[in-house]
Amino acid sequence: HGHLEPPKPGEELTVTFIDKEGEKHEFKVKEGDNLLDIAQANDLEMEGACGGSCSCSTCHVIVVSDHYDQMEPADEEENDMLDLAFGLTETSRLGCQVKMSKDLDGLVVQLPAMTRNLSPNDFK
Amino acid sequence: LSFQQCHAYTTHPSTTNPNPFRAAIIGSGPAGFYTAYRLLSKLLTAHVDMYEQLPVPYGLARFGVAPDHPEVKNCENKFEEVAEDSRFTYIGNVAVGRDVELKEMKAHYDSIIFAYGASQDRKLGIPGEDLGGVYSAREFVGWYNGLPQLASLAPALDAGEDAIVIGQGNVALDVARILLTPVDALRKTDITEAALETLAKSRVKRVKVVGRRGPLQAAFTVKEVRELMHIPGVSFTPISSSFYPENPKSLPRIQRRIGEVLLKGTPDAPPDTSPKNWSLSFLLSPKSFNPSPDNDKHISSITFAPQRFADDADRYSNAARVVPNTEEQDMTLPASVAFRSIGYKSAALLGLSDIGVLFDSKLGVIPNDAYGRVMSPSLGPGNLSAGHVPGLYCAGWVKRGPTGVIASTMKDAFTTADVVVQDWAEEVPFLGHEEGAKGERRGWDALREKVESRGVRPVGWKEWHVIDKVEKERGAAKGKPREKFGTVEEMLEVLDR
Ligand SMILES: Cc1cc2nc3c(=O)[nH]c(=O)nc-3n(C[C@H](O)[C@H](O)[C@H](O)COP(=O)(O)OP(=O)(O)OC[C@H]3O[C@@H](n4cnc5c(N)ncnc54)[C@H](O)[C@@H]3O)c2cc1C
Ligand code: FES
Repeated sequence: HGHLEPPKPGEELTVTFIDKEGEKHEFKVKEGDNLLDIAQANDLEMEGACGGSCSCSTCHVIVVSDHYDQMEPADEEENDMLDLAFGLTETSRLGCQVKMSKDLDGLVVQLPAMTRNLSPNDFK
Repeated sequence: LSFQQCHAYTTHPSTTNPNPFRAAIIGSGPAGFYTAYRLLSKLLTAHVDMYEQLPVPYGLARFGVAPDHPEVKNCENKFEEVAEDSRFTYIGNVAVGRDVELKEMKAHYDSIIFAYGASQDRKLGIPGEDLGGVYSAREFVGWYNGLPQLASLAPALDAGEDAIVIGQGNVALDVARILLTPVDALRKTDITEAALETLAKSRVKRVKVVGRRGPLQAAFTVKEVRELMHIPGVSFTPISSSFYPENPKSLPRIQRRIGEVLLKGTPDAPPDTSPKNWSLSFLLSPKSFNPSPDNDKHISSITFAPQRFADDADRYSNAARVVPNTEEQDMTLPASVAFRSIGYKSAALLGLSDIGVLFDSKLGVIPNDAYGRVMSPSLGPGNLSAGHVPGLYCAGWVKRGPTGVIASTMKDAFTTADVVVQDWAEEVPFLGHEEGAKGERRGWDALREKVESRGVRPVGWKEWHVIDKVEKERGAAKGKPREKFGTVEEMLEVLDR
């Protein structure tokens, strides 16, 4: 995995990922690319353990721009896996199931934390 | 691109400690591999030796996950990438504690990370548990998935038509689904040939999945329930709507969605005309497995004590407690075969106490600080009682207890790797360093000769590829993704022929 075809000039769509440190990563992508592939091609922290087959919930994203209502709603299978996602929100989606389209140009999603916040080791 | 260039989450270099770091990870399941993955990506000076008691890797991804859920096993693709890293060494067919001692390993590593999962099961401790026809779900699952230790289980699926599964988690539903799925649909999976043969002769027609509490307290998830509702020719006995509030929409998302599937049932497959049936029974606590009048060595029924919600319990809460319902009589249900699915259990690794770890047999976990640092009651500073045993960490089911899907195991393993990296960066004591011993650890390179001199035959990653290739060829000949070898001897025979 890891390498997406770049979009044709003039047909770029913009998507922004906010990582768990709050940093923004903006990408120009093409119609049809899904969020898991985009994140992985750009080395963001999104695992995609089942390889995008809607069977693991490790590609969970939270939609923070107001595109959520414009998206094709999650189907039964996606909702079944979302039930298992950590920190599920009202605007959660599975990255592998969300494909970029013109309607979603400017989409902003947040990546939930993949680990617990670290604790100090008191035994230096 | 090398593995770390392509997958490094290394935008934030996390360590300045320049010393090479050598870690032993015990266990090659999802916890072991996800820990290795994260360690190798975050700590460029790390080298991981992964010990696995079987020649073949992946733990429950290979031997637990149901054969008809191949997508779930896609995580193995990532594990394969991890194993290709030049800083990773796979040491298959070497059981820590049996073939190599923890206390001899200790001298050759900076850190030992326990990720050996849960290989035993919880027992009910009621009469008749040892009767023929009574199995643990772990045994049954291990058997149909080709776990070598269970190759000879031969479950008595031809003893009668009624199966009972005790417990209401996803493993219980896996067992029910395998019992009820038309055998021809399973032929396309990597289920073992021996299991197919036995399942083809199965007489089981009815599977009851029994729990102590109600549907809102059950641990199964909606996907697994839905799958059971969609098996052709299998009906579901409607459940009482009295477990649900008048307006089920008021429930939290997860319970509401499960409720919708359960209350809808199988309208296209009416119970009286369908060849097979499954049902959920609630508020029943098992009391005894009863022998058959014709054969006192084989089960024929199970007696249950009815339960009710405790007076102070909110029956719609998933934590609702139940108590024995003394107003109702015990209930005896027919069972020609029974599966106890009340949980896997981890056990202490041989020699754990030699290196300062006290296993918690009650919880079945290695005591840890919830991040993954192994704790000992006597090591704390000042008036704190417990403290970190330097260099020792744990991940996965042996850390958290035997629950959670691969996603939770991954999250948990990443956390463990992150604290290892953080502790290393902060130069807290690791193995050996407390005595002031410095210098590079050589890990398996230093141990190998001694271990082999005991007659142990380690299996490397390239050798696993040979086994993998032959298994896939054997499978292709039958239209399956893979035909697993049933015994360790067969696996080794491919390598040494
Ligand atoms: C029946 C079943 C079905 C499941 N289905 C799903 C599913 O559909 N989807 C999903 O996401 N999750 C599923 N899970 C959960 C998933 O399998 C676990 O979350 C995960 O495997 C736990 O990983 P682990 O590495 O902690 O343990 P394990 O996977 O058990 O790995 C432990 C490894 O350590 C090895 N080991 C043990 N002792 C030693 C020793 N002394 N020396 C060397 N090696 C040793 C073992 O051989 C094993 O390979 C299922 C679990 C079960 C039991
Ligand atoms: S990658 Fe597994 S659900 Fe999306």
